[in-house]
Amino acid sequence: MPLIKIRDLHFYRGSRAIFDGVNIDIDRGKITAIMGPSGTGKTTLLRLIGGQLRPDRGTIEVDGQDVHKLSHSDLYDLRKRMGMLFQSGALLTDLSVFDNVAFPLREHTKLPESLIRDLVLMKLQSVGLRNAHNLMPSELSGGMARRVALARAVTLDPMMIMYDEPFTGQDPISMGTLVNLIHKMNDAMKLTSVIVSHDVAETAEIADYIYLLSAGKVIEKGSPVQLKRSSSQWVQQFMQGLPDGPVPFHFPGDSLEDDLFSQKVSG
Amino acid sequence: MIDTIRSLGRWGLDSFERLGRGHIFLLHTLQGVPELFLRFSLVIQQLFSVGVLSVLLILISGLFVGMVLGLQGYNTLVDFGAEESLGVLVSLSLVRELGPVVSALLFAGRAGSALTAEIGLMKSTEQLSGMEMMAVDPMRRVIAPRFLAGLISMPLLAALFSAMGIFGGFLVGHSLLGIDDGAFWSQMQVKTDWYDDVLNGVIKSIVFGFVCTWIALFEGYDATPTSEGVGRATTRTVVHSAFAILGLDFVLTALMFGEG
Repeated sequence: MPLIKIRDLHFYRGSRAIFDGVNIDIDRGKITAIMGPSGTGKTTLLRLIGGQLRPDRGTIEVDGQDVHKLSHSDLYDLRKRMGMLFQSGALLTDLSVFDNVAFPLREHTKLPESLIRDLVLMKLQSVGLRNAHNLMPSELSGGMARRVALARAVTLDPMMIMYDEPFTGQDPISMGTLVNLIHKMNDAMKLTSVIVSHDVAETAEIADYIYLLSAGKVIEKGSPVQLKRSSSQWVQQFMQGLPDGPVPFHFPGDSLEDDLFSQKVSG
Repeated sequence: MIDTIRSLGRWGLDSFERLGRGHIFLLHTLQGVPELFLRFSLVIQQLFSVGVLSVLLILISGLFVGMVLGLQGYNTLVDFGAEESLGVLVSLSLVRELGPVVSALLFAGRAGSALTAEIGLMKSTEQLSGMEMMAVDPMRRVIAPRFLAGLISMPLLAALFSAMGIFGGFLVGHSLLGIDDGAFWSQMQVKTDWYDDVLNGVIKSIVFGFVCTWIALFEGYDATPTSEGVGRATTRTVVHSAFAILGLDFVLTALMFGEG
């Protein structure tokens, strides 16, 4: 049975459909990537899974529990078993790296401070930032902030982690480090990972299964190899990053000839 | 014409919706307050940033307001040969009105705007969402401690403002203008009533503290998570707080002193 089961998901912003009947299964122990162009609601999907947004129709089950039918306290109990890595890292800016990673432990457990210290240092060691534990978030680079956030996300040993665009805006070294960390963490901690991304190469490198979303629907799904062999032109355009194709280079509208030779152009 | 009516209707609906959200927000905040007594360290941190950091501004402003009251009051009273009553004038003006009102306006400008900016930035940098996903309710962890800190700080700041103002009035009245210090203090003591004046002033400052902190926190929490949105929210905090303080001051004054 999949860890996350999304059925007939509909979600609207105003009259615009972000999801229009999406079905997704996320298997336990696997790295599943949700990919698609910017603005397809990938981050929204993570917020729906985490119960921060409510769908207009359809259900999302996490570990057999319907997320949107849980009481406030049950939802918070479920979230203790879900980690999430935000694009910005979402570190608490008034706390040091150490205190950020210790934050979930201090909030949810009554562990003695000496044990918290050991646990935090171990988590920071796993992301290579044990010696940065005294720094403040403002002193970290973007890649370091995400690694700290990753250490914080796994502090309570969750069953799953959701990554929101983990590779965006990273230099090649940070990107390689993150790819490696996500892969290793998933295997070492027996996690289930959901990665939302549009960085094709990096995501395809570590994902076991990929869902491609566009215009509120699942366009294609399969392993990275299957997707690369897909006969769909749209999939090929996305996976290879081609500038023109089913998704046109030009914003739709009047043709160039119409604009140049008619007098209706406004300033 | 139709467009104007339509936009007016939309504005009205939006305003009511926001008012509703604000009250739900307040309800959730108040629900988070009781458990703070078990984790009072969270409130103490906020008491420092909301209250202690405002003290200097309040003291200096109080001193000057009191000194101005002393000068203006003396000039009026001396015409009637009643300059010895300067103490009463200064103390009643401060304790009943200026203490709670001016310190609340300063509090909204200093602490309220800072609260809005802080919460708004926490929202725009996904810190609040991050907490939610760590199963930590930001209403209880972030909002409620700040609310309680504002509620506790405001009456204390108003008291400091009034005390400093009275001292300022005394400095001008006694040291500069030569009023007898015995008359200054004894008239003040006789004419300033503990319940009617001081306690009513304290009630006012508690109400202002409640409203200002509520507005500041809600504006931050409800801000559009962009730099422009946070900027607008901060401005709204100061403007709405000022309206609320002055409007409520009239209502409270009418209730407290209207019959007298």
